[in-house]
Formats: sequence, structure tokens, C-alpha cells
Amino acid sequence: MCTSLLSLLPVPAKAILRALAASLCTLPILVGVVNAEEREELRDLFFGAAMFHAHQENFFDAIVALDTELAQFYRLDQPELDPFSAHLGQAEFSVGDLELSYRMHREAGRAIEAVLKGNVSQAVRNEAAYRLAKIHYHKQQPVNALHALEMIEGRVPERVRAEEQFLRARVFMQLGRFDEAVELLKDLKGEESLAGFIEFNLGIAQLKSGEETRGVLELTALGKKSSSKPAAQALYDKTNLLLGSHLMEAGELELARPYFDRVNLEGPFSNRALLGAGWVEARAGRYGRALVPWKMLQNRKGTNESVHEAMLAVPYAYGKLDVHSTAAINYGRALDSFGNEIDTLTASINSIREGKFLEALRRKEATQVQNWVVALRNLPDAPETHYLLDLMASNDYQEFLRNYRDLNDLFERNEEWLKSLSAYEDIISIRRAYYEPLLPQLDEQFRKLDARIKLRIEQRDIFASRIEQMLVSRRPEYLATANEQEARLELMKLHQQITERPQGFTEATRSRVERLQGVLDLRLSTEYDQRLTEAYKHLQELNIEIEKLQVVYQSYVRSRQAATHSYTGYNKEITRLRAQIRSSQQRLEMLMARQGSMLEALAIQELERRRTQLESYQIKARFALADSYDRANELQEQREDQLKIEQHRESLPKENLPELDAEVEVSDGGEA
Amino acid sequence: MFRILQVTILLLLASVVSAQNVSRDDIRGLDEQIQDVKKDVIDLTATLSQLEEKLLFPSNSQVAFFVSVADEHPFELESVEVRLNGEIVAHHLYTYREIESLQKGGVQKLYTGNVQTGAHPLQVRFIGKTPSGREYRAEASYQVDKAVGPKFVEISILGAESEINFKDW
Repeated sequence: MCTSLLSLLPVPAKAILRALAASLCTLPILVGVVNAEEREELRDLFFGAAMFHAHQENFFDAIVALDTELAQFYRLDQPELDPFSAHLGQAEFSVGDLELSYRMHREAGRAIEAVLKGNVSQAVRNEAAYRLAKIHYHKQQPVNALHALEMIEGRVPERVRAEEQFLRARVFMQLGRFDEAVELLKDLKGEESLAGFIEFNLGIAQLKSGEETRGVLELTALGKKSSSKPAAQALYDKTNLLLGSHLMEAGELELARPYFDRVNLEGPFSNRALLGAGWVEARAGRYGRALVPWKMLQNRKGTNESVHEAMLAVPYAYGKLDVHSTAAINYGRALDSFGNEIDTLTASINSIREGKFLEALRRKEATQVQNWVVALRNLPDAPETHYLLDLMASNDYQEFLRNYRDLNDLFERNEEWLKSLSAYEDIISIRRAYYEPLLPQLDEQFRKLDARIKLRIEQRDIFASRIEQMLVSRRPEYLATANEQEARLELMKLHQQITERPQGFTEATRSRVERLQGVLDLRLSTEYDQRLTEAYKHLQELNIEIEKLQVVYQSYVRSRQAATHSYTGYNKEITRLRAQIRSSQQRLEMLMARQGSMLEALAIQELERRRTQLESYQIKARFALADSYDRANELQEQREDQLKIEQHRESLPKENLPELDAEVEVSDGGEA
Repeated sequence: MFRILQVTILLLLASVVSAQNVSRDDIRGLDEQIQDVKKDVIDLTATLSQLEEKLLFPSNSQVAFFVSVADEHPFELESVEVRLNGEIVAHHLYTYREIESLQKGGVQKLYTGNVQTGAHPLQVRFIGKTPSGREYRAEASYQVDKAVGPKFVEISILGAESEINFKDW
């Protein structure tokens, strides 16, 4: 639509259309973002955190956060188990969308093409194709956009269905296939999210496809609407202005006037509408009526082109009405105003040449207000940006401005990182100074403790293995107390001595030994189960203590590692990153200089154009002023002559009247 | 004089397309270089952010609090105050864009800090407004159990269950 439509319409309508197209071209992205913002259950906290930036249009932070999450996700051994997998599709699309919004079309295209080449479902493929088409459309590549749209098969996801159809229609319009666009747009009528934009495009498509009457009717219906929302009202005003200009150029003066009258007098198109309304009347020869809108316009802000034109148009109309003295006064007023404006323009051009414009663009406070382009003028020594509004509204210039500000933002971010890196180096050196003397002593103590811990763990393992054995085969002796063990060993020794020298022991002694052995065995045997249970409980308690010990041990090991990691291994990385930042800063400075000089050159070009225009108006006004004076003088002389004649006639005797009348007739005839 | 209108609009048209006077190849070449540098700075920033996190908030001591707004009730959050171990660690006043972002499902990383392993009392207080303009405020407490790994707590405001819900991630 942006370019091909223009060939159909006359020049003034083309200009308005072009400006309107510039604003409409940005619509699909915004619509896409809004629709993608349906709330889903959050499965990954960090995805939500990235979206927090994305919803605020902090594109850079959002892309960094999502890129980091995606990179971490793809490094996982089993990524499908990670909760982020629930948002994977949305994250990949969001990166593409965000890169597109951050004017990284190539990256966005690559990301989406990767999705298209991957093994994904048709629904995902369809959405990816739609988004790729959007990128191509935005880059004014309608053939590629259509090719991407043709990859869509089957059902398009509900939330982008209307946008997909709308995009397809506009691609058809760019390709000159207006009949197909008309059909699609007719089907889309009633879609609330695109209300107004569908009707506007439909009207234009109908005009282009030869359905002039239908197109005018469609646009008229749209222009008759009104809204309390400034954006919607601006669209209606633009529609009316477009149709008014179109009809005026076609010579339909009576039809054109109501369209200009419908434009909101407080809106951004009111100046052009007032000017147009005046010209409709002037063309019809009704100069008195033309003066009404023109005089209203004449008193508006002196930097507007329509106001400048009205300053010449008002005295022109007075001249046509033979009120030459008023015309002369208004020409004089216009000359004064043009002179002042030319001075302001010259000062603005000088200000830009001195670099004040770029300086103002780099300042943060200007960007924190809604209408920042206008607010720039309030900064010290900044140029008069009211003259640059039309230029700044153009697509290319907007891109340049955003790129320049993005580059400046990146430059400032990098500067902050450079400062942070210095602070990190300080932190690292403080940590090193603190930990390095402490760690050798700690390590010494730890080694001793470590040996004791290992010993205890070994003992526990022996106990555990004995209990395991006792669960399989009965070993009462393992559960004997220390005294019992001692008695058992003593008895074993006695048994051995009795076996070796039976004659050395009396019968009473031998039977006593046997009895004692019997008592001990009986005790161990009868108390075996209870003792085994006790031993198992003690082992459990020991395990708990050992676990605590191991936690403390692990904690120490981790703390020890953390202490070392808090200051070792960073220096090389910091040095490498610092070098990368510096290299990136050089590139940023170079690109900012190039983009900045483009911005300055175009701004100066625009201001010089306006100055040249005003100088030409000045020349016209000077000639017209002189002419008005001449005519006013002539008229005044005529009136004075007439007055003298009347006075003379009154002073003469009545009988001389016929002669005088004859003289007057001769005199009038001579002048004529 | 009638031609002034046409001349003016022609000049207007010229202004709109004046950017085209700069060579298209120049614009494209510059734009591609800008895209390249953006990509490089994004990658560099991601690396720097990871370095910063590793250095300032190591995983064994890292604790982070995130704020989200439940979508059950229409509500505008105005401010949130977070106390950890009895000390105010975060106090945030919300801008319109932040409120809008929270309402769309964004989650704000409000605070990142370092604590030792163990239990830490957390108090959260918020002030907000209902669509009718009524002020709404609430306070809740929670215990943050910090273990070996990093600890992430989501503070969900005005959920279905209570005014402030806490969720360990």
C-alpha cells in the first residue's frame, strides 16, 4: 500500500496517503504484540521475568533475558524435563518478535526460518510463516511476504487469524492485486481489533481497483465516525482530509467542503483541513467564505507550513474582495512573521551544525515525555523541532532516530559495564586479600578434622557390616559387652590351658570354668535379640550423626570452594570482556557518527527547504504588498477624485449641472 | 495563487521522501552494521550479566524475590516493600508501564541478594488501588528456607487463595 497506491491519486492526496501509510505500516507489529499477550499459566519464573521487560517494550533487556534462558535450556542434557520447555515455543517466537521490534530484522528472520525448517507441528509452522511474512512486509518485500504467507496450510492459530488476513490483504495491495485485497478486507469487516484500519484499506483498495464510488462511500462512512480516543480520531480525520483533497483535485468543490469540515479542529490534521476548506471556497470564487477558515489558521502556530500558506492566502482573498488596505496590512504581518521564522530557521541550522541536535537526541530527559520530538526544542540550544515534525514522521527518519538512540543506549550500557568491571576487580582484590592469608590455616585444621572424620566413618562401616552379618547368621559374641568380652577371652585362655595341661587343673576348677562359660553363653544367647535390636538402633543414631558430620564436611568443602572461586579465575575473563567492550564501543561510536551525520544532513536539508520556501513566500509577499499598496492608493485616489467631483458639483449653481454631468461622463469614459 | 496549495503539498511530499535522497545502499549497509553491533552487544551483555551474577550472587548464597500480580481481580499495584531478616531490602513504586506489564503476566525480579543457609523471616507489604479507586493494602510473612542452591521466591499479589501468596521455585 505504501507506494503502489499513490500512482492512482492526485498529488496532494498522494502526499497525505504516503504519510498515513507510514503510520499504518507499523500497525501489524503492535497488533501482533497485543495479541500475543494473552495470559498463560507461568511454568518458568525467568520466562516471566523476561516478559516483564518485553511487555514494557524494553526490547534489549527482554532479548538478553530470553537469549540467556534459551541458551541455558539447549545446554541441558534432558531439556524436556525443564519447566522452561512449557514456554519454549512462545519464547522462540517472542525473541523473533522482540528482535523485529528492536529493528534486528535479519536475526528475527533467521530465528523464524529456523523454526520453519525444524520438525514442528503445522500450527507452529503456520504461526512462524505468518511472522516471517510480517518481517518481509515490514522490510517492504511484498513478494517474499506473499511467499511466506503461502507456506501457511490449514488452520491459522485463532489469535493471529485476523492479523494474518489483514497482512495478506496489504501484501496484495502492495503487489497491485487490489481485487483480491478487496475480497479479503470485506471478509474482515467487523473485526474489532482492526476497526478503522480495515475500512481505510478497503476504501483505498476499492479506489485502486476502479470501484471509485464504492471506495468513496467506504471512506466516507469511516470519516463520519468520531471517537474520544486520539489515535482513532486521527485516522478518521486523515480519511476526511484524504477524501476532501481527492474531491477538490477532481473539481468536485461542493462535495469536498464537508469532508474538510468534519476534521477535528483540535486534531493534528486541522491545519491542513482549514487550508483545504479555504481553497475549496476560493476555487469556487467565494473569497469571503474562504477567509473564515484561513483567518482561523492565520492565528495558529507560526512554524506550520499550512499557517504560512494561510498568511499569504488571507491577504490574497482580501485583494480579490478589493479590500486592498487590509490585504496590505496582512501581507505586512506575513512579512514580519516570515522574517522571524527565517531567523529561527537559520539559528536552528547553525545549532544542528554545531552538534546540538544530536546532543539533544542523546539526552534522556527528552525521551521520557510522550511527545519527545517536540520536547527536544525545549532543551538548551536545541533546534526548533516544530519544523522537523513532518520529516521526523517519515519512516526512514524514524528508523534513523531510533537507531541513533539505540546505539547511544548501547554505548551508555557498555560504559556502565566498563565501570562495573573496574568495581569487580576491586571486589576480587579485596576478597583475595581477605581469604588468602586465612585459607592455609583453615586447610591445616581441616586436614586433621578430615582424618578423624574418615576414621569414624570407617568404624561405622565395620559396625554396619557386622550387623549385616548377624542378620544372616547368629553371632552372639559380637554383641558382648566389654566386661563380657574380657571374661570370654579369659575363659578361652583357661580352656586352652586345660586342653594343653588337663592334669594341672582340679575337677572343681574345670567344672567351674565350664559353669562360667555356660553362664556367659546363656546370657549372650538369651539377650541376643534384644542386644541386636539395641545395636541396630545405635547404628541408626550413629548414621544420623555421621550424616550431620558429612553435611558439615560438604558445607566446609563448598565454602572453601566458594571462597576460592570468589576471587580466582576472573582476571582473564574480565580482561577479555573489557577488550570486547572497548572494541564494541569503537564500532558504536563509528556507527553513531555515520547515523548522526545522516540525521543532521536530512534535518538541515529540511530546514533549508523550509527557509527557501519562506524566502520565496517573502518575495511573493513583498510584491503582493507593493501591488496592494498601489491598488489601495489607486482606489483611494479614485475615491478622493469622486469626492472632489461630488463636492465640486454641490458647490456649482444648478443651471451648470448638465455640462458637468457630460464632463464627468467623458472623464469616466477616459479612465476606463 | 491557486497553485500554492499544490506547490506546498508537493514540497510536503518532498519532505516525507527526503530521506530517500540519502543513498538506499548507504542506508541498508549502515542498517545491517547496526543490526550486527546490536547482536554483538546483546551477546556481550548476556555474558557480562552471567559474570556479574556469579561474582556478586554465587549460587550457594543467592536469594531472589519476584513479584507477580494474579489476574483474578482487577487491581493496580502502587508499591511493594520487602523485609528480609527484619531489614527493608526492597521498596518499589510502580510506574504505569510496570503495572501494565505485571497485569499481562510479567514477573518482576524485585530483589537479589545473599544469605546464609538456614531459615530467614520475610515480610511483604503492598499498597494498591481497586478500579473504583479504593485503596487496598495487605501484609504477609513467610519463612525463606535457604539451602545449598539458589533460592527463588515468587510473591504473588491478590491471588485466589489469599492477598499475598508465596511460592518457592
